[in-house]
Order: sequence, then structure tokens, then C-alpha cells
Amino acid sequence: MNEFFDEFVRAAPRVADGLWTTVLATVLGAAAALAVAFALGLPAGSPKRSVRAPARLAVEFLRGTSLYVQLFWLFFALPVLGFRLEPLACGVLALGLNFGAYGAEVVRGAVSAVPPTQSEAAVALGMGRWLRLRRVVLPQAAVLMIPPFGNLLIQLLKATPLLSLITVSDLTFQLDQLRSATGDTATAYLTLLLMYFALAALLSSGMNLLESAAAARLGRRPEGGEA
Amino acid sequence: MWSWETARDGLPAVLQGFGLTLTATALGSVLALLLGLAVALLLRARTRWITLPVAAATGFIRSTPLLVQLFAVWVLVPGGDALTLGTAVLGVHYAAYTAQVYRAGIDSVPRGQWEACVALSLPRRRVWRAVVIPQAVRNVLPSLGNYVISMFKETPYLAVIAVPEMVHRANEYGSTHFAYLEAYTTAAVVFLLASCPTALLMRRLEKRLAH
Repeated sequence: MNEFFDEFVRAAPRVADGLWTTVLATVLGAAAALAVAFALGLPAGSPKRSVRAPARLAVEFLRGTSLYVQLFWLFFALPVLGFRLEPLACGVLALGLNFGAYGAEVVRGAVSAVPPTQSEAAVALGMGRWLRLRRVVLPQAAVLMIPPFGNLLIQLLKATPLLSLITVSDLTFQLDQLRSATGDTATAYLTLLLMYFALAALLSSGMNLLESAAAARLGRRPEGGEA
Repeated sequence: MWSWETARDGLPAVLQGFGLTLTATALGSVLALLLGLAVALLLRARTRWITLPVAAATGFIRSTPLLVQLFAVWVLVPGGDALTLGTAVLGVHYAAYTAQVYRAGIDSVPRGQWEACVALSLPRRRVWRAVVIPQAVRNVLPSLGNYVISMFKETPYLAVIAVPEMVHRANEYGSTHFAYLEAYTTAAVVFLLASCPTALLMRRLEKRLAH
């Protein structure tokens, strides 16, 4: 065990690189997923069938085909068609599309949960469709989206080790190298699991802060405890 | 470029792996559904000596990656059969989620039901078996179904510990025949064909239970 930690300290810069790659993949993947979630989720809740159907089809396709297969398809099959992406870009794209499709359901659900009277009031005030969406519906829907988005974010973090299988040198990849260098499998994987655990805890406490801040901005909960 | 012939020739290999994918999903689901219920009941125990460690363990399992858990168990348990180990890890991983679902389901059983049981002085064991669990499970069937579907889509993880499930087969076929495009596309289509009807079925079940 001591040997492992000596090696761990010696390899600290590489571990830090791996950690950085994991964080980068998580942040970029989450940003891509957020964009996909809105791009598919808003039309998926449209009353017009011609708008709704393609979005729903895309969501079902992306949710139904397994992230693992999507990632490997982008990495192995896409180059056959003449498009070659960097491994990290493949990963971010796969994470963004897959988790974006799950996020689209969150967006659709949250928008439909905003009481219709709010939209009606905005119509009565003569607001156009975009203004209504931006100033009335989305601010209220956003608060509802934060907790499920937080869950998806943790799921996304936990999916990033897949990227090590397509040659991205993330945290899992680096700790696996340390494991083979020291032969101390138990300590290596336990350290790795604890690092992911810490990252997940960091993310979820961040999302909790965001949730209470967003709720306070809407005046749903008193700031600073006055009831 | 795409060749229908290659796709057709690779299909048997991919479908052969699909059998194993289904087996792993089925066994993993049974484990996740039963173990999850057991964990949910343990979390209701009256002493913190039981609830604290169980809550800590499930929390840890839920917030660490399945892939790393698989690697760790695979190298730490010597001489284990890959399919058995992989399925066990999958089942335990998802049990940590289903336990949460069951817990919510148990909490959603109205207080009056408990009070009625007390009034009838039913024994504790009977209260759980005949009154609480049937109602709790009925309430959470859709969520449990969703976890089964997502487990199905995560069985490809087993490929990393050399379980020859569908994606492992697709990868094998792709690398020996230089046909990654056809092999992975076939695997994706099989996943889609299997998970879309299941999702539709779940939605119908959800609607029926809601009324």
C-alpha cells in the first residue's frame, strides 16, 4: 500500500492531468447535453405534430441505442464514413447527445408543469412567443429542471470512465496505469472510486446551492431564513 | 462505406451476443429488484447500527462509476466467472437505485393503511407482506421498469471484462472483417428495436396504473 502511495505522489502530475481530462469531459459533455436538451425538449412539447414528431423521434432514438454503442459507433464506425474526430471530441459528442436526450424529457416535463394561466396572462399582456418563453415560462420551468438535471450530471460524470476505453487518458486511465505499475490493485481502484465519490459529492452540493439560489430568485423561499 | 452484405454476414454473431445481453439483463434485474427491496426494508430498521452502514454503502455505490466497479471486482475476485461477476456487479449497482425507489414507494402508502393494520392487530410481518409491499410495489412499478431498461442499455459494460455479449461480438466482428460501421450499426439497431417497444409498454402500464 505504501508503495502505491509513493508512486501516486511521484505520478501526481499525470494523475492531475487525468483529473483535468475527466473534469473537462464532464463540463463539456454537460454543456453539450444542455444544448441538446433544450433543442429537442422545447419542440418535443409543442402542440403542433409536425414540430413535435421529429424531436420525439430523435429523443427515442438517442435514448434507445445505449451510450456505449453510440460512443463506439462515433469512434470506430464514423471514420469509415470519412469523419474522424479526436477521442475526447467523440466522448463529448456521445455524452452530449445521449444525456441531452434524457435532459429533453426533463425540459419538456418542466415546461408543461408551468401553469397554463401564466402563459395566458403573458398573451393577454401582448407578449410574443419568444418573449413569453424567455421571460415567463422558462424562468419558472428552470427551477423545476435543476434537481433532475443534477441527477443527470452525476450520471454523466459516472459515464466518463467509458472514454478511457477509446484512448482518452482520463482519471480512470491514469489510475489504471498506476495499478499496473505498482501491482496494488485494491488500493488503486479504491483510491479511484473515492476520487469519483468526492467529485460526485462536489457536483451535487453545487447543484443544491444552485437550486436554492434559483428558488430564492423566484421568491419561492425566503432568503436568510425569515419566514 | 456501408455494405448490406457485410451487415448481413455479421448479424448472426451480433445476435448470438444478444442472447447473453438478455440473460445478463434478466439475472441482473432479478437481483436488483430483490436486493433493492431488502435494502429498502433494512433502511427502515430501528437501530442506526443497521441503517447508517447500509445508507453509506448504497450512497457510495450510486455515486461511483459502474465501469470502475466492474474493473475492481473483476481483478479483486480471482477465478470468478466473468458473466456471473459482471451480472452480480450490475445487479448490486442497480439495487442501490431500486432501494431508493422502493423507499419512496413505501413512504407513499397512506398512514391510514398502517393504522388499520394496528387496529386489526396484524403481526408486523403480515403488515409488510400483505398490505404495505403490494401497494408500494404497485406505485413504483414504472420507475422500476425504467431502471430495468437502463440496465439493459448498460450491459455492454460487461464487454470490458470479456463477457461475449452483443457489443463484444460486434467489436470482434468489426475488427476481424474491417466492418466496424456495419457491426456497430447493427448493434445499435438491435438495441433500438428491443428498447423502444419496452418503453412503449412501460408508458401504457404507467397510464393504466395511474387510473
